[in-house]
Amino acid sequence: MILLLALLILVPAAAAMLRRNLVHSALLLVLSWAGLAAFYLWSGAEFVAFAQVLVYVGAVSMVVLFAVLLTRQNPDRAAPPDAAARLRAGAAVLTAAAVGAVIGHAILATPLPAAAGAPPVLTVRQLGLELMGRHAGSLLVIGALLTVALLGAVVLAAAEPGEKPGGKP
Amino acid sequence: MPPAPIFATLDPDRAFLERAPLLVRDFVTGLFPPSLQWLAGNLLAVVVIVLFFASLFALLTLAERKILGRIQNRPGPNRTGPAGLLQPLADAVKTLVKEDIVPRAADQVLHFLAPVVLVSLALMAFAVLPYGRHLVPVELDAAVLYFFAAGAATELAVFMAGWASRNKYSLLAAMRALAQLISYELPLLLSVVPVVMLAGTLSTTGIVAAQAGWTYGVIPHWHVLTPWGAAGFLLFFVSALAESNRSPFDLPEAESELIAGHLTEYSGFKYALFFMAEYFGMTALCGMGVTLFLGGWQAPCAFLEFIPSYAWFFAKLLLLLGVFMWIRGTLPRLRIDQLTRFAWKFLVPLALINLGTAAFWQLSAGWSGPALQLARWLVALALVAGPFTLLGRRLSAGVAPRTYRYAA
Repeated sequence: MILLLALLILVPAAAAMLRRNLVHSALLLVLSWAGLAAFYLWSGAEFVAFAQVLVYVGAVSMVVLFAVLLTRQNPDRAAPPDAAARLRAGAAVLTAAAVGAVIGHAILATPLPAAAGAPPVLTVRQLGLELMGRHAGSLLVIGALLTVALLGAVVLAAAEPGEKPGGKP
Repeated sequence: MPPAPIFATLDPDRAFLERAPLLVRDFVTGLFPPSLQWLAGNLLAVVVIVLFFASLFALLTLAERKILGRIQNRPGPNRTGPAGLLQPLADAVKTLVKEDIVPRAADQVLHFLAPVVLVSLALMAFAVLPYGRHLVPVELDAAVLYFFAAGAATELAVFMAGWASRNKYSLLAAMRALAQLISYELPLLLSVVPVVMLAGTLSTTGIVAAQAGWTYGVIPHWHVLTPWGAAGFLLFFVSALAESNRSPFDLPEAESELIAGHLTEYSGFKYALFFMAEYFGMTALCGMGVTLFLGGWQAPCAFLEFIPSYAWFFAKLLLLLGVFMWIRGTLPRLRIDQLTRFAWKFLVPLALINLGTAAFWQLSAGWSGPALQLARWLVALALVAGPFTLLGRRLSAGVAPRTYRYAA
């Protein structure tokens, strides 16, 4: 079962990187997120799974798709990459490999205690109490961070006072 | 154990009609070997939901055309069968035999997938609605979240339809539809939060149970009969209209202006599937509205409890659907800027304030005595009505009321 879920998550992710068409890539990425939700559901984290669908499949996917559509695509992308691009790609692969190695080592070096007995069954109520009680501080910090990011986006997107809005309908 | 009476006013839990669907289910699953019974039970629920809501969809299309016809002073479809009753059948045959045209430039796979994804997601939402005392297809701890997660994913299908058609008008229309869906998702979710807050649970059965009981046996404890509940229900209703692309928010399809928007390149049965998904979404949202605000399957008065609970649920559901059709026959379509302004400047602030009203209601739950109760109601009503009036006045300043001069 876990292998099936891993395939459901990894295959679309891999396909997303290989596709030339950006919209296809984005939709495959969404499929991968949905697979992640299925994994959460399988491991008994019902609430997290639905939140994952609501936030990632519902909302973040839209942001990604809008970003893809609103940025100009270069029509002659099929041209063979020049030397500078190759260098950049090589550097990117090297960096990714280094980061992957560090993370992999960190995971392998951490002693993970084997799950003892039955996994805890958390209701939504307990989750809420935990979030609002013990982790209230971190929740507030994340909320403030997101608000600041939102305000920043609005400031970036807002037209300057002197600037005329482009093109009257 | 004594035989269950047919009409039990004392113990509706055991009345025969109340248990009839369960008995049918047990009979059908009893035909299977014990190891397969859970599967048979779930499959039965799926089959019943699909068949029931598909036939409800057929009837709704007919009812809508009849009611709209009457509102516009014409008879509506009346040629197929007695009084036009077979019209849905004729429509089904028509869409099935129509040629399925896919544009040559279209993205074949996505063009095909979009209606399939849309209908399957719309059907998934029906899984968690409590149709009756014992009729919940899937009991989930986070049922409300599941419902809205399934609803949010439909936006993806709209985008797929618009983009895969490889038609710039389809794409533009899909972007407009997405702007609308995203704008109205916020007030929709925010109007649901107070219910979850006061019921203290995300499970739909829990929310229905929180609305049980009557005052003096005639006034039900439904959420809609509290100040925050009434405001929440109105916000939910308006947002549901917009989320299901119904008039006056039917800009995504605007048949007279946009030639069906993102559906321009769809024909035949795929178009019918989109239509079906729209009605499924509308029905599911109405069912959620009934569950959250109108007491779910609870009877309005104690002495009416002998009528089985699922009958009450569907009576309320059909009532809400009828109001949807009535609104479609009454209100003209909004413009896109009016639409988004209405969502962000009016509905979202009111929904946020309603959260505060609900919090006050919850904190003052312990107040007893007529004076304190009166104060509680007055404060809550002021919290609801005050911002509504102020915001409405401010937003319509300089715009309304409009004056028209007609030719003499």
